[in-house]
Amino acid sequence: MHLHRSHIYGVMGEFGDPEELIHAVQKIREAGYRRLDAYAPFPVEGLSEALGLKRNLVPAITLLGGLGGGLTGFLFQVWANVSSYPINIGGRPLNSWPAFIPVTFELTILGASLAAVFGMLALNGLPQPHHPVFNVHRFSHASSDRFFVCIESRDPKFHLADTARFLQSLHAHHVSEVSDD
Amino acid sequence: MSAGQPPFDSPEIRRLTPVIGPGYTYGSVTDKISAIVLTRPTSLGWYVGFLIAFSLMGMLTVAVGWLIIKGVGIWGINIPIGWGFAIVNFVWWIGIGHAGTLISAILFLLNQKWRTSINRFAEAMTLFAVACAGIFPLIHTGRPWMAFYMFPYPSTMGLWPQFRSPLIWDVFAVSTYGTVSLMFWFVGLIPDLATLRDRAVKTPMKIIYGMLSMGWRGSARHWYRYQSAYLLLAGLATPLVLSVHSVISFDFSIAIVPGWHTTIFPPYFVAGAIYSGFAMVLTIAIPLRKVYGLEDFITMRHLDNMAKVMLATGLIVAYGYFMEFFMSSYSGNKFDVFLVQQRLHGPYAPFYYALILCNILLPQLLWSFKMRHNVAVLFIMSIVVNIGMWLERFVIVVISLTRDFVPSAWGRYSPTFWDWATFIGTMGMFVTLIFLFVRVLPAISIAEMRELVAETSEDEK
Amino acid sequence: MREHEQHEHIDGRHDRNDPAADAKLREGSMDLAAVRAKLQSKTGKQYWRTLEELAGDPEFEELLHREFPRQAPSEWEDSVDRRDFLKLMAASLTFAGLSGCGRTPEQYVVPYVKQPEGMVLGKPQFYATVMPFGADAIGLLVESHEGRPTKIEGNPDHPSSLGATNVFAQASVLNLYDPDRAQTVTKFGEIQTWSLFVDSAQAIAAEMKAANGAGFRMLTGIVTSPTLAAQIQSLLTLFPQAKWHQWEPAVGDGTREGAKLAFGSYLNTVYRPEKADVILSLDSDFLGSGPGHIRYAREFSRRRKLNGPTDTMNRLYVVEPTPSVTGATADHRLPLRASEVELFARALAAKLGLGGSAAIPPDAEKWLDAIAKDLQNHKGASLLVAGEQQPAEVHALVHAINATLGNVGTTLYYTEPVEAHPANHLESLRELCADIDAGKVETLLILGGNPVYNAPHDFDFASKIKFDEKKNRKPVKNTIHVSSHFDETAELCDWHVAESHYLETWGDARAFDGTVSVIQPLIAPLYHTHSAREALAAFGDKPGVSDYEVLRDRLKAANPSADFEKFWRKTLNDGLVAGSAFAPASANLKFSVASLVAAKTTPADDIEFLFRPDPCVYDGRFANNGWLQELPKPVTKLTWDNAALISPKTAEKLQLAHNVAWRGGEHGKIYSNVIDIALSNSKVTAAAWRLPGQADGVVVLPLGYGRKKAGYTGTNKGFNAYAVRTSDALWTASAPTSAIKKTGDDYPLACTQYHFSMEGRQILATGTLEEYRRNPNFANEHAELPPKELSLYKGEAEFPYNREKWAMAIDLNKCNGCNACVVACQSENNIPVVGKDQVMRGREMHWIRIDRYYEKAKSATNDPSSYDESLFNPPTFFQPVPCQQCENAPCEQVCPVGATAHSAEGLNDMTYNRCIGTRYCSNNCPYKVRRFNFLRFQDWETPQLKLLRNPEVTVRSRGVMEKCTYCVQRINNARIESEKLNAPIRDGAIVTACEQACPTEAIIFGNANDKESRVAKLKAQQRNYSLLGELNSRPRTTYLAAVRNPNPELESA
Repeated sequence: MHLHRSHIYGVMGEFGDPEELIHAVQKIREAGYRRLDAYAPFPVEGLSEALGLKRNLVPAITLLGGLGGGLTGFLFQVWANVSSYPINIGGRPLNSWPAFIPVTFELTILGASLAAVFGMLALNGLPQPHHPVFNVHRFSHASSDRFFVCIESRDPKFHLADTARFLQSLHAHHVSEVSDD
Repeated sequence: MSAGQPPFDSPEIRRLTPVIGPGYTYGSVTDKISAIVLTRPTSLGWYVGFLIAFSLMGMLTVAVGWLIIKGVGIWGINIPIGWGFAIVNFVWWIGIGHAGTLISAILFLLNQKWRTSINRFAEAMTLFAVACAGIFPLIHTGRPWMAFYMFPYPSTMGLWPQFRSPLIWDVFAVSTYGTVSLMFWFVGLIPDLATLRDRAVKTPMKIIYGMLSMGWRGSARHWYRYQSAYLLLAGLATPLVLSVHSVISFDFSIAIVPGWHTTIFPPYFVAGAIYSGFAMVLTIAIPLRKVYGLEDFITMRHLDNMAKVMLATGLIVAYGYFMEFFMSSYSGNKFDVFLVQQRLHGPYAPFYYALILCNILLPQLLWSFKMRHNVAVLFIMSIVVNIGMWLERFVIVVISLTRDFVPSAWGRYSPTFWDWATFIGTMGMFVTLIFLFVRVLPAISIAEMRELVAETSEDEK
Repeated sequence: MREHEQHEHIDGRHDRNDPAADAKLREGSMDLAAVRAKLQSKTGKQYWRTLEELAGDPEFEELLHREFPRQAPSEWEDSVDRRDFLKLMAASLTFAGLSGCGRTPEQYVVPYVKQPEGMVLGKPQFYATVMPFGADAIGLLVESHEGRPTKIEGNPDHPSSLGATNVFAQASVLNLYDPDRAQTVTKFGEIQTWSLFVDSAQAIAAEMKAANGAGFRMLTGIVTSPTLAAQIQSLLTLFPQAKWHQWEPAVGDGTREGAKLAFGSYLNTVYRPEKADVILSLDSDFLGSGPGHIRYAREFSRRRKLNGPTDTMNRLYVVEPTPSVTGATADHRLPLRASEVELFARALAAKLGLGGSAAIPPDAEKWLDAIAKDLQNHKGASLLVAGEQQPAEVHALVHAINATLGNVGTTLYYTEPVEAHPANHLESLRELCADIDAGKVETLLILGGNPVYNAPHDFDFASKIKFDEKKNRKPVKNTIHVSSHFDETAELCDWHVAESHYLETWGDARAFDGTVSVIQPLIAPLYHTHSAREALAAFGDKPGVSDYEVLRDRLKAANPSADFEKFWRKTLNDGLVAGSAFAPASANLKFSVASLVAAKTTPADDIEFLFRPDPCVYDGRFANNGWLQELPKPVTKLTWDNAALISPKTAEKLQLAHNVAWRGGEHGKIYSNVIDIALSNSKVTAAAWRLPGQADGVVVLPLGYGRKKAGYTGTNKGFNAYAVRTSDALWTASAPTSAIKKTGDDYPLACTQYHFSMEGRQILATGTLEEYRRNPNFANEHAELPPKELSLYKGEAEFPYNREKWAMAIDLNKCNGCNACVVACQSENNIPVVGKDQVMRGREMHWIRIDRYYEKAKSATNDPSSYDESLFNPPTFFQPVPCQQCENAPCEQVCPVGATAHSAEGLNDMTYNRCIGTRYCSNNCPYKVRRFNFLRFQDWETPQLKLLRNPEVTVRSRGVMEKCTYCVQRINNARIESEKLNAPIRDGAIVTACEQACPTEAIIFGNANDKESRVAKLKAQQRNYSLLGELNSRPRTTYLAAVRNPNPELESA
């Protein structure tokens, strides 16, 4: 039998607990698959290593956000007090920089936090109303007590039947194909 | 540590007081917690409680409405006591909020497992407390409708806020604090919202939770970034929570009023905040676990640890009181010395003694293992500490103002009906929000509980 | 027509600083004939007819009778619609152009098609006039904005004021705009027209003509006005049998009768405190009240001036039963019961070899020796002053002693009486009442005054004019009352003629030294009001002759000069007839001390009850004046109430206490015990107030309160002391202690400063002349000022203030706490009245307050109501506290929106429309001089009050902070002038409202950068110190330490 790949997102295997999942993922990668993702109801220790995830931009973005917030905050206060509207407040110098520190600090934190959260969401491509994996009926358990791995059809080694069989060989409780629409 | 108590965090104590009851699986925690929101029928008690709280919140609306119509003159404030209940309550509420952030951020960084089952509603509590607190600085101004002057926007007059004023620091600190707490809370909620989305039976529920969960699917890649973002947030929230109450304390320590103008305020305000915060967490947790049968999730271990934190912060606060005394006497500044005597012998002395009783003497009971493991005692103690911390703010804000530099200007303060109405109203608002929260969102982080199940199962292996 | 009014108008303007303009104006030819023509012409009448038409208009009726929200804000707000306001505004504008003559056809004036010559819109003008008050006339310059008199100042050219004022003069402008004023003629309470009144007056006159005026009686207060006196005389000649009675409730007959006793005839005494080295006041408050007191305070303070340790001071002894501002200023104060004061005078006379003798309290003996010696060492340079409330004997004794000390002609002189018709008022009123009872009185004309309220209660004056139910007839056939308010007396009279305010009428009055002063109107009557003289004239043969004409004719007759118009203009310009003061009269003593009958004494263990005019509402005539009601009384600091003042020890004995309320507390609400006082078979219920420094066994009952029909502000405030005041004990009554009974109730009193101890802090630096000479720098040694480099911002450039640097110096050695500055500030800066309730909450709005401290008072921190010996006779000091205008202003640093910031000249400015009202600035103000509009205190509705406002000062509304600005509006006016002339602002060109009002020149404002300025010189003195300087706030307002000059002999003991 022959199916159009275009209609297939990938093949999904379901596992009972984190250990099985990690074990499966390792096997799949050993088998040479690269385009795959795992799904778990909570962050599973060791899973990212098993998947070989390295690059993570979130910290860098956060740092930039923090620096941006802090610098703008401080410079703005100096500008507002010294050049935009200089005014004698209780005989204090125009650039009373020590008094500007608290606001600078708060803005640093604010900038960093906003960057962290929205950076994370952006990198994760969230919000994303729909995703093919949701087509799998049992996937609703991914948010409670089941663990899934999905080998995507984009993977050069992907062949619907073989990959499915391969997943079964890893003692997946269920193997189901993930349609693309 | 009192007699008969095993050393802290030994396997024995874990057995005695585990952070989660035995025999739970990923599925069962999920069912039990999500059931509260999804399947469990709303009890009559909930409606009654909610109605009471909501009517109190209605009183707040009336009080604020009347305030807008007549002016702050309806309160007890005067010259020289320009700040009264409004500021006292503001500081009190903000302080309460701090425990939430502390539990979710600092304990997270310290990798304290026991935080897991309380951090969610502790954070919610933070948000609601900050919401209550935020009302006061706004309405206590003479012209609330002009409050936007405090924000740096390009005005036609080209004027900017006066950045040397601690009140402006407040504006930035509190708004930042509110924003960050909200994000922290929401990020934590995303996986659980996904859970609710997948388990909800009614379509509208599915849609709402679906939208809120933003299509979260628990992908390992997502978890990977999610965790680092969450860790970073925790790392940011920790200095933030410390800074916020320091900034609040600047409102007083920057001023020259005797009793305000002291350098010890930042640390001891923060300690006090955590003190009252944990008290409030207990005040909420104890009934919550009882009503929803969550004793297995919010175990005696949690209550015990929170009691210990209260004890510790309480001692820091006590140290603060002592240092205030010592420094003012040691400095020999006649105004400070006079103020200390005022606290002991002045017209408001009873408040000060009540404060010492509530914040220092009674909490010493918590040294005893038995007391810490007596839920009733803990509940009463948490109330006592909340009252005590409110009194502390009253003593600092009001009493210092009654008798400062020029004797001819000395006066007194007493709250009016509207002062009370506003204060109690915010309590109503707080409880209302709590009621709504436990009804529509998981009061305990399901995802983290699953993690906990996994870890404990490892422990058993 | 128009031109003439303008000239009249210009005439009146007081051009002291602008001789050029004055000259220019005088060139303008005057056509008086035309003026007079106009005055008699129909247009004049037409004007009144138009107002009558207006009165016919129902809406205007409504406006007249509606209850407005008064100066004190009330819960309910009654909005007057714009039309009514515009009507009134139009009316006032009508009057605007013509303060010169006050009668004009309105069609010419509204609106300004052509601007009146010499008037620049937005530029205030000043007119000289006088305020008649008792046996004195206070010379004033009145500020007028577009025809609205807004502010009262003293007339520097006038002998009685020398440019200063007192609280009554300052507040009198509020009386003009008092919404409760009687606004029209009424009969039995029904509105009538003036012409109807004149007709019936003529009818009555015709009747009386037949009987030669038998049964025609006039009752007035003290009359010093020559024109009014002349008018009365003309009636007395018209009706030979008619009688003129007088009753002035708050001025004692002792002064008059004392002179008669001593010299055999009524004489007026004029003091020259400036020439006296030693002054002894026998229960006289000559610095705080009575004829000429403003001038006396000025002269006295000039002898308290210290430029350096080598300077000398005069010395003041005061013997008095109850603390007055004079007593507070004294170097030595001896509390004696009022009756003992006479004994003291007799004993002193004996000591000085005038014969007689008297036994005085032992502690007074030592005093007597010291004083006697001191007086004898200063023959010709000493001065004795007897109190208005003291009996004739004391005055006679004082005249005798002054004579023996050779003071007559040096420190005081005698003149013919200032009063047009000096008489014994008590007897005069007694006679009137007797005649009424005897049915001899047909027509009673009451000019001013309020006898039903303030006559001795044993006269029961109400029954004299009220309809008698039993006899079923009125005791007096016709009763006519002329007064500004429809008060207790008006209620019982047939006719009531609304009396014009002195700012609305032409007239004259004699000052304390006899100077003839001209009352010049600044605005035509706001309502259908008339002067007392006009009301009198209605009964005469020439009704309807205007005051203006009468005054001119009289002056012309009295001063036959070649160019009368020139004289007239000068007189109006100066506000007085030059050189009209009485010449010193020779006075030879016709009495011997020995001949005096034995003094009337109070039994030792009896309580002595004293009746004294209230320092704020006087005899009750100012009861409806919100400014004065809310003005803290100089010594007690009570507002809105009077209280029975009792010495601490006596109060202890009677177990009378105060409790500080929780709301407001020491700065607001004090609960004090209520007592029933049974006196001369009558009774009053009063709140008891413990007054340190009051003689033991003395209870003071201040007059002027408990009005039943004063108006919205004044009705039912305090208790009515007249109710227990009888003709046989007009000033001093006595009764056993049992006369005072505690009711067990408490009454809340509004006290703005209950705490009187300095708590060992040097808030108010004081010392003796000796100490000062030994250590001129004593004031600055209490606290070390932090060094300038002690700052978080090291090396930062300071703000230079190298242009003007405004600053103020307040000499505590001169201030006598008279309160004039407080009211002046309230008037200048549109400061609202908040009402008793708000004062009790500690929310009064005065920008400048006067703190009162008892120097030796022990701490009263814990139980303010526990008094001790230190309060038997504590040295009392006053400290005016306006904004200190700190250079390192603590308030500015904490304002989140920059609503308060520093000007280039170092003023601590408030930007009201930027203020959001966090009150943080007030919390951080160590001096607590900031005031907050907790509610909407300002009255935005009452139209009359809108006319009162100073257009140069923002009217603040709810929710904003306000405070003293150093009268920045005056500073800016001066700068504009200086820039026009391109000359620097000279010292003294800017005078703040408080400085201008101050009788003692205690407040000096100026440019501290100008080394030659008075303020810079004062600040250079070593006595100069900063209040709370150790806080490094660097105040621009600084104080000069108070220095007392005690007699070493009395000190040593």
